This record gives sequence, structure tokens and C-alpha cells, in this order.
Amino acid sequence: MIDLHIVEYIARLARIEVTEPEKEALRPQLSRILEYIDQLNVLSVEGIEPTKEPFLRENVFREDIAKNSERAEDILKNAPAVTDNHFRIPKVIG
Amino acid sequence: MNDLSSLKAVDIVQKLSQNQITKEDVRGFFNKRITDLDPYIHSFVKVFTHLSPADTGLGIPIGIKDNICIKDEEITCASRILNGHRAVYDATVIGKLKQAGFLIMGTMNMDEFAFGSSTENSCYGPTRNPWDITRVPGGSSGGSAAAVAARLIPWALGSDTGGSIRQPASFCGVVGFKPTYGRVSRYGLIAFGSSLDQIGPLTTNFVDCAYLLNVICGHDPYDSTSAQVDVADFSKSLIDNVEGLKVGLPQEYFRQGLNSDIAKAIGEVAAVLKGRGAQITNISLPHTEYAVATYYIVGCSEASSNLQRFDGVKYGLRVKSSELLDMYKKTRGEGFGPESKRRIFLGTYSLSSGYYDAYYVRALKVRTLIKRDFEEAFKQVDVILTPTAPTCAFKIGEKAEDPLSMYLSDIYTISANLAGLPAVSFPCGFSKGSLPIGAQFIGRPFDEEILIRMGYTYQTVTDFHARIPLVTHG
Repeated sequence: MIDLHIVEYIARLARIEVTEPEKEALRPQLSRILEYIDQLNVLSVEGIEPTKEPFLRENVFREDIAKNSERAEDILKNAPAVTDNHFRIPKVIG
Repeated sequence: MNDLSSLKAVDIVQKLSQNQITKEDVRGFFNKRITDLDPYIHSFVKVFTHLSPADTGLGIPIGIKDNICIKDEEITCASRILNGHRAVYDATVIGKLKQAGFLIMGTMNMDEFAFGSSTENSCYGPTRNPWDITRVPGGSSGGSAAAVAARLIPWALGSDTGGSIRQPASFCGVVGFKPTYGRVSRYGLIAFGSSLDQIGPLTTNFVDCAYLLNVICGHDPYDSTSAQVDVADFSKSLIDNVEGLKVGLPQEYFRQGLNSDIAKAIGEVAAVLKGRGAQITNISLPHTEYAVATYYIVGCSEASSNLQRFDGVKYGLRVKSSELLDMYKKTRGEGFGPESKRRIFLGTYSLSSGYYDAYYVRALKVRTLIKRDFEEAFKQVDVILTPTAPTCAFKIGEKAEDPLSMYLSDIYTISANLAGLPAVSFPCGFSKGSLPIGAQFIGRPFDEEILIRMGYTYQTVTDFHARIPLVTHG
């Protein structure tokens, strides 16, 4: 069962600000979904390997060749705030 | 002016290549349909008016779901958090389309970040089903499916993480194909569930489907999950013969919850195929009932991780604050819609310390069981036939208050994503209420060919795919 503390804890982990009415709505919705998901507990999964991707793959490597894509200007065009050739963010340490 | 709406897209391609019609005429024809009909359907996010037809090769019109990057065009995944974002590069599939002479007519509406089964979760408002505009087109590629059904564009691209191409194809009466995981490059597709996502075509018929698959499939060094597997010429699979092919009907897909009109229509598909010499067998996929629960853990976990990048630093929305952490929280709080928040919360919870093994790892293990079911089934049969969705298109707003009931509308499509298999939905009838019904074929990994062959044979003796909705309002 999801209580308000858990909703607030997840919000903190997910870095999402939620309003009081949003918390009130999320609590029963998440509870109901998790209750449904709990049906997986009736299955025995002992000794079963997890499937992270549909098909097993080996690591995919490429030659390590330095390239200058010269895209910085294009990429920075979408940024909300830029200084020189950098993303600008608010202060990190209060 | 010729009426192009009843032509196959490949016929339009042929007329263009043989100069029987000009690209200005083709563009003009579809633009007029968009102008006349899209106010009622709302399938486009943006209609491109600025492209000069002279710059765009043959000028074959196509629509692109709003989560695939088209260089210099706005791409938002129907989310406020990407408001104003312009793609810096072409997705690999877009590069291939441009090279093959396609003209991109615009971007298509979708559920925000592809989270949904109705195209109601869009910051631009819902898309409507052209067969009945009080109903949803399905989702998340609902804009693509609705526009193709109404012939506003001859074909479109969508993406499918748990049924997002096939379920709207079934609701709108078109062909929606999800290729094998790794068949089509995802470079330039904004990620939702990285072990599940595939780009695929929405078309009115299997001939067009084969043509578009030929354009978009193939290995891409820019996508490390893209498969180094040879791609056949899919037009060679347009064979009107299914003699001796074994078709399996999984009994678990025909139990409670399946609408009776749909059950009957799928039975008729099996009868048509049998009439053409296919062998129909009952099979079992015993872990089917666990697919939705497994999918929502795996999909939401991957989504919560993929969506961390939307933080107000690099692109899109930033809600101002004097402090970094607070800026992140406010930006994400305002930028994401309710369903995106629910999924990020569910994923974050499943991956959090203390719950990781109980939810995420357990779901990955059940995923193995679901995959094995298919491996066993494909020892007995060549292809699996199922309904695409348990119901026809539902009313707009009908499931808005009940996220779980919305999730269950993907119950028959999700397993193919978990197992990475190719699957296609195609029109196979109409309900008593005159809504399209979709049937689904699921194939072995990298055997798209048999799905095209089965579908093509079916469409040579049926005409459900050729019916065009008369869009009416009020």
C-alpha cells in the first residue's frame, strides 16, 4: 500500500515537484496498479534468468577515432540558458 | 484532380516516378484533405507548409509521429517539457525516407512520450477516431493511425513499445506493423522503453507496408541495439499463397474480457486462412495473463531512467529558480503531464532500493517465462493469430479516470514487445456498431516475411482494408 510518505519519497527520487492534489490522486492510483502487479508474486521464478533485452548481444564496439562533430552551436540553440559555449544552470551550492 | 484517396501509396509512388502526376498535385490533394478533415480529427501536431516541393525528391507524402527527429523541425513528444525543441539531426529512418524521395507532410499527434493507449494524453488535446469522432483512435500512435485511416496521408511512421502502432491501427482500421526488436534503427527516436521500442509503418494495406519496411529496415552503426541481420526484400513476400503454413490460436487470448464481435471476427480470419490451405491449431501461451504487469514494471522502469534527461538544462522548458535542484523539480513538475508522472513514479519506485528485486528483477524473470512460451509455440506453428485489442475504439474520456483499465487495452499486444517479436495488426471486420476490428499476427524473430505473406493473402480475398471512413461531425 502506498502512503503519502512514499509518494513524497518517490517524488524526491524522481526530482518532480507534485502538488497536494496530485499526491492525493497518485496515492490510490499507484496503489491500485501495484496491487495488480502483485499477481506476479504467485509465480515461482527461482532459477529463472532475467531477460533485460529480447536478444542476447555482445558488447558493440567501434574504432576509437577522435572526431569533431562541430555541433556545439546547433545543440546549444535548444538550451534555455547559455553562456559562451556552455549550458548555464542556477547555483548548485546554497 | 484525380481522387488519390482510394489508391495504394505504392500506386502514387509509381505515378510520381512515371510522371503521370506531379508532386505538386499530390501534395495539393493531401493538403486539401488535411485542411478539410483534420479540424474534426486533429491528427496532426504540425502540418509542414514551409517545405519547398522542389527540394524533396519524388515528393511521396508521409506523416511522422512527433517522437522521431526531423532536422530543424520542432519535436515535442506531445509534451510541454519539450515545448519549442527543434531536432538537431535527422533520425536514421528520416534520412532513409528523404533519400527515397519522401516528402514529410508534418508531425502526428501521440500520447505524451508514447505513454497511453488513446492519444488523449497529449498536450495538444486528443486525436479523434475518423470512424466516430466521439471515440479515441487508440494510441500512442493515434495521430498516425487516424490520419492514414482518413487518407489525410497515404502512410505514416509510428513507434511501438507495448502496442502503440498495432492497437491504434486496430481501432482505426489500418495495417500497423511492429518489426522485430533491432530491425529498424532507433537513432533519433526519443526513447521510452529501450528494451521494447521499435519504429514501424502504418499503412492501409500490406503492399504499402512491405514497401515502407524496405525503406526503413536495416542495421545502423548509430544504434548499438540495431541487429546485424540481413534484411530480405519484403516485396518478395507479397505471395498469395499460405498453403501448408501452420497458424496457432493461443487459447489464453480468447478468454473473458474479449468482445464477442471481435472473437467472431478472428474466427472468420482463421476460416479464410484455412480456406486458402493454412493449418489452424490451438496453442497455449501460459504466461499471457502476467504480460501487462510485467510490461508496466519493465516499461516504466526504463521510462523513468530515459526521462531523467528532461531536466531544464539542455532543451525545452525551464521553470526558473535560484537553485539547481529546485529548478529540476519545478521544471519536471510543470513539464510532465499526469500519465508521464504516474509512469515515472511507478518506474522510480520499482527501481528504488528495497523494491528493486521484488519488482524490477522479478518482472525481468517473468519476462523470460513469457519469451519461452513463444519459443515453445513456434516449435509447433509458423505464425500466431490473435485479436489486437479486447475491444473496439472506446469513447473519449471513458478510461481517463482509471489508468489500470487503460493499461489492460494493451493486453494482447504487449507480449510481442517483451519477447522482441515482429507483429502486425490488420483490419478484419467491423463491430455491430460499425467500428473497425483488428487481428494480429505474431511471428518468429526476424521473420517479418511470413506476416506480410499471411496478411497479403488475406487481403486478396477480403476488402475490409479498402473501406474509407466518411468523417462526419455532430
